[in-house]
Amino acid sequence: MIGTHCKSCGEYYFPPRTLCPNCRRTGQMEEHKFRGTGTVITYTTIYSATEDFERLTPYNLAIIQLDEGPKLTGQVVCSPENMKIGMRVRPVFRILGKEGERGIIYYGTKFAPAEDAP
Amino acid sequence: MRAVSIIGVGCTRFGERWDSSLRDLVVETGIAAIEDAGVTGETIDALYVGNMSGGRFVEQEHIGALIADYAGLSSLHIPSTRVEAACASGGLALREAFLAVASGYADIVIAAGVEKMTDVSSGVAADALAAAADREWECFFGATFPALYAMIARLHMRKYGTTREQLAQVAVKNHHHGHMNPIAQYHTEISVEDVMNSPLVADPLRVLDCSPITDGAAAVVLAPSEIASRYSDTPIRILASAQASDSLALHDRRDITTLDSTVHAAKRAFSQARLTPEEIDVAEVHDCFTIGEILAIEDLGFFPKGEGGIATEEGRTSIGGDVAVNTSGGLKACGHPVGATGIKQACEIVLQLRGEAGKRQVDEAEIGLTHNVGGSGGTALVHILSR
Repeated sequence: MIGTHCKSCGEYYFPPRTLCPNCRRTGQMEEHKFRGTGTVITYTTIYSATEDFERLTPYNLAIIQLDEGPKLTGQVVCSPENMKIGMRVRPVFRILGKEGERGIIYYGTKFAPAEDAP
Repeated sequence: MRAVSIIGVGCTRFGERWDSSLRDLVVETGIAAIEDAGVTGETIDALYVGNMSGGRFVEQEHIGALIADYAGLSSLHIPSTRVEAACASGGLALREAFLAVASGYADIVIAAGVEKMTDVSSGVAADALAAAADREWECFFGATFPALYAMIARLHMRKYGTTREQLAQVAVKNHHHGHMNPIAQYHTEISVEDVMNSPLVADPLRVLDCSPITDGAAAVVLAPSEIASRYSDTPIRILASAQASDSLALHDRRDITTLDSTVHAAKRAFSQARLTPEEIDVAEVHDCFTIGEILAIEDLGFFPKGEGGIATEEGRTSIGGDVAVNTSGGLKACGHPVGATGIKQACEIVLQLRGEAGKRQVDEAEIGLTHNVGGSGGTALVHILSR
């Protein structure tokens, strides 16, 4: 998980940004590799999805705050009853979607419960 | 800046309009608004139309020229502009029209909104609507609109003790209001139990927490206030028009349970109008989901943060309460043709301020407000209208 870090103000960004919203033109951005561990801020379990995700229902979606600070949206792979606000999560590499039976497969990050993550 | 008034309104019946195309809907509403205002085509200086996604819903872009054409105005060659801000496209069209008249650049201007959503399957419609969120960083991971608002709802319930029943009461109230509105998509009253027993869409939100897929169009005619009485016995003044933006993705917000775009648009609008939230008699707010109305009545300043649920439960937002919210039935019961919603809200407030709202009339309504949100809060528009 690669985002950015502004050397001027110290803020971390994920997803990456080319312009620091705090410093704008005076910002100095560099790449930053995130640990990927974080905490669930809020979540939902989706029962009715767009066509691309219908086969996955029900699935959990959460807003996760990474330990470095930025927040992102991602799926959490666990049963819905195990979801709770404040739970710790770690990143896992998963298929996110595919363009039909013979099309391109998209890979990316989902999250899994990690009560032991520091 | 010149004072601006609304001199005519028109709105189609909302619902599944399988018998009408997008252009049919615009012509129907445009004729109604022009007849209401008593203007002729030759006097119209400009046209603005809010439309979120003609390209996805009916594979038609270039909606500006299309509606000028089918409104019979193509031979007059007036400027016709389509504006887009997702579900706030209608509110934005109203604001652009307002600015054109207020600046002195144009006199008679039409602001319209239209969406034809039922020609595609519900999955395609959901995907088209999801384009109002962050495609790369929300939708790519499986986010849907109900899911984003569900995450707001869950955190609001945790932080402020808002209950599942209070969310349901928003839908119950708006169906009660909507059943008195002839143009509404739904004329059925529902109970809290109906909402709680409806299927889950994105936990904790259920089907009856969500606004429907709707076809519809609405239009208003604007004129400088100094000449408005030539056209209308009851011109309605636009006291304020304000717009604000925020991060596109919900996860980047300062506070997930507050729409800062609404807060800032409302502050600017109340400052322009020199009014306070307590002075609003009737409001049309953006209840795309039941939690959306709770956020709106807090973030507009009608109730303190965290008390929107209890205010709804106590009936303070019903007709006869402190402020009558969504007398049209709101997006929930009147329907939500996304590009048309912001204009329909203005039509409803105009009817209320003229005293022409029939069974759902708010007694002695003098000042009204419209609140239109794009996406999960990336854009918000607030207009304040006065008799």
